[in-house]
Amino acid sequence: MSTHTFTMNESFPMNAWYAVAWDVELKHKLLPRTICNKPLVLYRKKDGTPIALEDACWHRLLPLSKGSLRDDTVVCGYHGLEYNSDGRCSYMPSQETINPTACVRSYPVIQKYRFIWVWMGNPALADESKIPDMHWNDDPDWAGDGQMIKVHCNYRLVVDNLMDLTHETFVHSETIGDRNVAEAPFDVHYDEKTATVTRWMKDIQPPPFWKGQLNKVFDHDGTVDRWQIIKFEAPCTVNIDVGVAIANTGAQEGDRSKGVNGYVLNTITPSTNQTCLYFWAFSRNYNLKDQSNTTELKNGVAHIFSQDEDILEAQQKAINENPDREFYNLNIDAGAMWARRITDNMVAKEKKD
Amino acid sequence: MRYRNTWEDAVVGKMEKVADNVMQIQIIPAGDTAAFTVGSHLDIAVLINDLPEIRSYSLVGRYGPNKPYTIAVKRLPASRGGSKYMWGLKEGSKLRISQPTNHFELGFNTSNYLLIAGGIGITPILGMAEELIAKTDKNVRMLYLGRSAQEMPYIEALQKVLGQRLIVHFSDIDGFFDTSKILNLCDIETQVYLCGPIGLMNAVRKTWENGPFNNQNLRFETFGASGLFAPQAYTVKIPRFNREVQVNENQTLLSALLDAKIDVMYDCKKGECGLCQLDILDYSGDIDHRDFFFSEEEKGENKKMCACVSRVANGNITIDTAYRG
Repeated sequence: MSTHTFTMNESFPMNAWYAVAWDVELKHKLLPRTICNKPLVLYRKKDGTPIALEDACWHRLLPLSKGSLRDDTVVCGYHGLEYNSDGRCSYMPSQETINPTACVRSYPVIQKYRFIWVWMGNPALADESKIPDMHWNDDPDWAGDGQMIKVHCNYRLVVDNLMDLTHETFVHSETIGDRNVAEAPFDVHYDEKTATVTRWMKDIQPPPFWKGQLNKVFDHDGTVDRWQIIKFEAPCTVNIDVGVAIANTGAQEGDRSKGVNGYVLNTITPSTNQTCLYFWAFSRNYNLKDQSNTTELKNGVAHIFSQDEDILEAQQKAINENPDREFYNLNIDAGAMWARRITDNMVAKEKKD
Repeated sequence: MRYRNTWEDAVVGKMEKVADNVMQIQIIPAGDTAAFTVGSHLDIAVLINDLPEIRSYSLVGRYGPNKPYTIAVKRLPASRGGSKYMWGLKEGSKLRISQPTNHFELGFNTSNYLLIAGGIGITPILGMAEELIAKTDKNVRMLYLGRSAQEMPYIEALQKVLGQRLIVHFSDIDGFFDTSKILNLCDIETQVYLCGPIGLMNAVRKTWENGPFNNQNLRFETFGASGLFAPQAYTVKIPRFNREVQVNENQTLLSALLDAKIDVMYDCKKGECGLCQLDILDYSGDIDHRDFFFSEEEKGENKKMCACVSRVANGNITIDTAYRG
């Protein structure tokens, strides 16, 4: 592959499930969202079933999201053509028949792990088992919540950001970042579908955020073992297993009972080539019934991610302003580079198949 | 959704007769074969009486990387010229083709399917059968109708994949097919995909519309090529312009009028949009309505017809256009 394709590579596979909305965002109401450069209109049927249709009337391409919903039927806001939830036209004005080709594309859609997922590629290949595992988001043994932010950058830049957490030290210095993250060694592994970056920081002073979390469960003032296990699943999901345990209580060996554990769940859906819908959540396995803890964490992570958003948008702008420049990759980028390569392989395979 | 065509060069690969009067033609594009979903068709630039025209042919079977496109063309004795041209091709002949486009997409949001193919209407249906059989959570049945085994391609391939789920009806042995039987093969969840000659399509549509199921669950595709009568030549009188125009048996009313510089609005050229409708002032013989725009009731009134596909059989016609200058 020529090096030039790396920095500006904005490609994404079509045969994949992409998160398009939080469960609570989708109502019996038309919601426009652009996914993989394709405008979609989303809604729930009266019985709650989520629906995703192409957001352009078959007739004169007006976005159907400009129209209205009558029961489960979408009514175009221009000439009143009607479509059922399969995207089949069921009414055409001033004629007795309906043109047999009249339909808009309907996309496979599934609600799982509190997200609405849409399959953009060949519907024959849409298989529910291919949805990335994000069960921590609706598992009763975990508590948490999250948000969606629209970021003005290519989705790959967000994946890069999450695959290398040394940036915490510099972007999030007052909360989760400290020198230990930037200085601790890490391991990188991969397979056909995933890339994992594992970093253990043993016997360190916890940063302010983690000290606060640990103290909700344990009365402990000393050092901790801290971990970050970042797992990428192609093309755009990154689940990060994070936490701290009282130092030398066996957390790395598998006994996390003297610690607190969280999952930072991220799935970053390509919207256009230079915008993405970034869905994230933070789930924890401690202090489960404390709802203020949930709100506090959600607000805390939202603050941290707004710092990332600022960096990522500035980075995208700089990429556009320096079209002759390539990234210089460092050792710390190994996880991000494996993630990109796995996604590139997926895109290439899709072209070949 | 309608897509703008992009055209590319291609060459004809293997040509093989797969039934009496049906030629299977492989088409190898200059670039990579584009991924397509079942139900897709190709537009092909053909020459008819040495003039360029475009014909649509359904792709047979499912997409495979490095697999050429495959179509199957029935030779019609009184064709508009497309089948004659296609049959005249040879391995290595050059063609211009569009990208595959799908106006007859198979939905996957139900579990019950009935596929109905009549004669050469098998071409888009074959890939659908293969696609559905590959999915274990789908119940599929298929009805394949035609005159005789010799005239119906792919029966063996279908029997192999569908087994008992395939019902074959030979009209030369089994006689007339009673379309009301299809309702017994369906329930409220069943999606029906239909392609075949107009007589079959009309009968199935009528049965379906009078049956208990949702109209949108019957899906069909037509390229406007078949009628209730064999095409015949006839004369059209247009009193407004004091003109008389001859329509040859291999020519449409629309093209005859346009050739005579009589302006008619049109768009789809396959009897779906209704833009080419003309007022019928008088006629003898039969109006062979081949469109899917007018309702059965409107067709019965014989007050209007679609110039792009419909014809006159056993007589002549007097029409008016929309011109009021």
